Amino acid sequence: MSPAAFWQIVLELLVAGAISVPFGHYLARVFQDQKTLLDPVLDPVDGLIYRLIGRDVVKQAMDWKGYAAGMLLTNLLMGLLIYGILSWQGHLPWNPLHFPDVNPLLAFNTAASFITNTNWQNYGGESTLSLFSQMAAITFPMFTSAATGVVVAIAFFRALGPARDKGRNLGNFYRDFVRVLTRVFLLPCLFITPILVWTGSPETLTGMVTAHLIQGGTQHIPMGPVADLEVIKHLGTNGGGFFNANSAHPFENPTPLSNLIETLLMMVTPMALVITFGRMVGNRKLARVMYGVMASMLVVAMFVAVGAEQRGTPLLAHAGLMQHAGGGQMGGNMVGKEVRFGITQSAIFDTVSTAFTTGSVNSALDSYTPLGGMVSLVQMMLNCVFGGKGVGTLNFLMYGLFAVFIAGLMVGRTPEFLGKKIEKREIVLASLALLVHPLIILIPTAWSLVSPYGVSSLGNSGSHGLSEVLYAFTSAAANNGSAFAGLNGNTPWYNVSLGLVILFGRYASIIFMLAIAGSLAAKPPVQETIGTLKTDTALFGGFWFATIIVVGALTFLPGLVLGPIAEYFALYAHHTLSGVGR
Amino acid sequence: MSRTFGTALRLTLLSWAMFGLGYPLLEVGINQLAFPGAANGSLVRVKGQVVGSRLIEQRFTGAGWFHGRPSAVHMNPRSSGASNLGPSSAKLARHLAARRARLLARHPHLAGRRLPADMITSSGSGLDPDITPANAYLQAPWVARDRGLPLAVVHRLVARHVRGPWLGLFGQARVDVLSLNLGLRRIAARARHARMAP
Repeated sequence: MSPAAFWQIVLELLVAGAISVPFGHYLARVFQDQKTLLDPVLDPVDGLIYRLIGRDVVKQAMDWKGYAAGMLLTNLLMGLLIYGILSWQGHLPWNPLHFPDVNPLLAFNTAASFITNTNWQNYGGESTLSLFSQMAAITFPMFTSAATGVVVAIAFFRALGPARDKGRNLGNFYRDFVRVLTRVFLLPCLFITPILVWTGSPETLTGMVTAHLIQGGTQHIPMGPVADLEVIKHLGTNGGGFFNANSAHPFENPTPLSNLIETLLMMVTPMALVITFGRMVGNRKLARVMYGVMASMLVVAMFVAVGAEQRGTPLLAHAGLMQHAGGGQMGGNMVGKEVRFGITQSAIFDTVSTAFTTGSVNSALDSYTPLGGMVSLVQMMLNCVFGGKGVGTLNFLMYGLFAVFIAGLMVGRTPEFLGKKIEKREIVLASLALLVHPLIILIPTAWSLVSPYGVSSLGNSGSHGLSEVLYAFTSAAANNGSAFAGLNGNTPWYNVSLGLVILFGRYASIIFMLAIAGSLAAKPPVQETIGTLKTDTALFGGFWFATIIVVGALTFLPGLVLGPIAEYFALYAHHTLSGVGR
Repeated sequence: MSRTFGTALRLTLLSWAMFGLGYPLLEVGINQLAFPGAANGSLVRVKGQVVGSRLIEQRFTGAGWFHGRPSAVHMNPRSSGASNLGPSSAKLARHLAARRARLLARHPHLAGRRLPADMITSSGSGLDPDITPANAYLQAPWVARDRGLPLAVVHRLVARHVRGPWLGLFGQARVDVLSLNLGLRRIAARARHARMAP
């Protein structure tokens, strides 16, 4: 690895880490109703919103069922609104290119995808959606789905926090939701959008410009309100692009600087939430252990991905391409990558995007080397390498409950976590939450691979074709949204199956986790004794990490072997045995 | 329950108005005033006519121009995207071999040489406006010959158009093909003018 690549990785992680600490403390202050500097500006705004939605409703304390009901109902209504807008876009304003209504199955898939923060796209934005749809049905849920993830995590943190006056109370969904929107997402978006425009991202209501090219002929260049969407797309770890090419498109991501901004935006909130967790449960040492485990997994993933892409493949070497960087070119695997990002910024971006479940890409993952692509796949399978805002931390805590339970059994102690006994009910619920993920990935993947309507969508054959399908359902289940985009997802089968997997992946695990929160909140804290298994140590961090890897590996290893690993060996064997591997 | 429904409905409509309409329209207003060039797509005008966007690749073929990267979508901005061919795809190998063969047919002296990584691979967006400096310098001799310009002049032109990584570290050195070719056209016109002058 070149020094430049090394330093790009290290500096980006350091900057993101440095922002995440104060940001995490700020989030904790917001949700513990402590004063922040922004109160004088935002209190009147929030007050107005509370008045409009019902001032007494936002004061109620909610147990886990009330909290979940508010969340589900709001999400359902928003999903219906999005579905309606997409289905009627032909009759709605700001449709300069006269796109027709989106067909019902695609509209279902898109509404399910954007309301759950997944942003899987079975359509190309510039060839399907009106400017009105891009704003009112795409940019809008990017805020609300991100807020949903955050508030659910916050409710869980409250359940684990010091008991004080809480009882079964997890807070008020509506109030948390509004405060996340205004205090965490709106303000940064307002100020960062102009910076992104300054780097070159368009922000206009003109739908398309016709250029008369230098060598003759014309080029029709679609544009629109792109920059504002890009900011919340990354800050909210959403990932859905204005254009089909997503953040590889020069309008979405014009320069290395815009790329850096987008990468950092993806990282800060999920990283900060770990800090917020530590503060809200009153155990910062535990948060540091968690942060350390997640950060180590991310560092390994980044170095593997950047290394694999820089190494290139025998196929590219055989095609007569330079494989080493130097002399004004970058070498490596440039298939599906943009020159301004090169190898390093491409691999970092896509690694971050699949770790933090954003799902935006600045290079074509389908064309990554087998190992580079596998890094993204594995991160979505584990789904807790920081993960999406809120839900990533929750998944990590879910593994933590298992680690406590298993370690407790091994050394013969009552499993306790943050002073709460972990008993049958919690472990049953956590097992359900854990099992949902592989079930909704592996069953539909297998089904697709043995059905003609599943296989006919493949863009590549052999193990890589298997990887495409496995990737699609993993991405949907993890609510990531990135794709091995050679797969044509806009078919009835994939629109419906991916849409359902997305909904299960999101709401099943959230409901199980809220149920655990409700159960833990109701428990009286137990006094820490000499017999208590300490969870805030590096040793337990290692055990936690091992639990994640063992459970993840056992579940998904067969799929990985048949997909990327088989492809890796086939690729190298083919070019070595035929004597052309140079 | 009906009260919960009312609250959820009002919250839905209110946040829709704020984030689905208010926020994007406000940003359009601010940025149209603050950065009209970038906010409208970084369009390049020659004599008042839009000849392209600085950020969107357009086709340059034949002699006398620098060529951009191959595109999986024929440089059509209405359907951006990559080839999405996998790393062991036989089709990818065929595409690369065909592009290399086409290049070698015009420039036989390249036979047996390794090419810069971006020269025959297609990009992620299909609209990559840039090429690497190595790619540009490799093309410089034949562009100079076709234009009847001294090689040193074309080299200087390329050097002027190379943009380094941000802060010297982030991203990759690159040359934007549209600006480079517009520069080329200007110096070629000047040279022609000078030759015709008495």
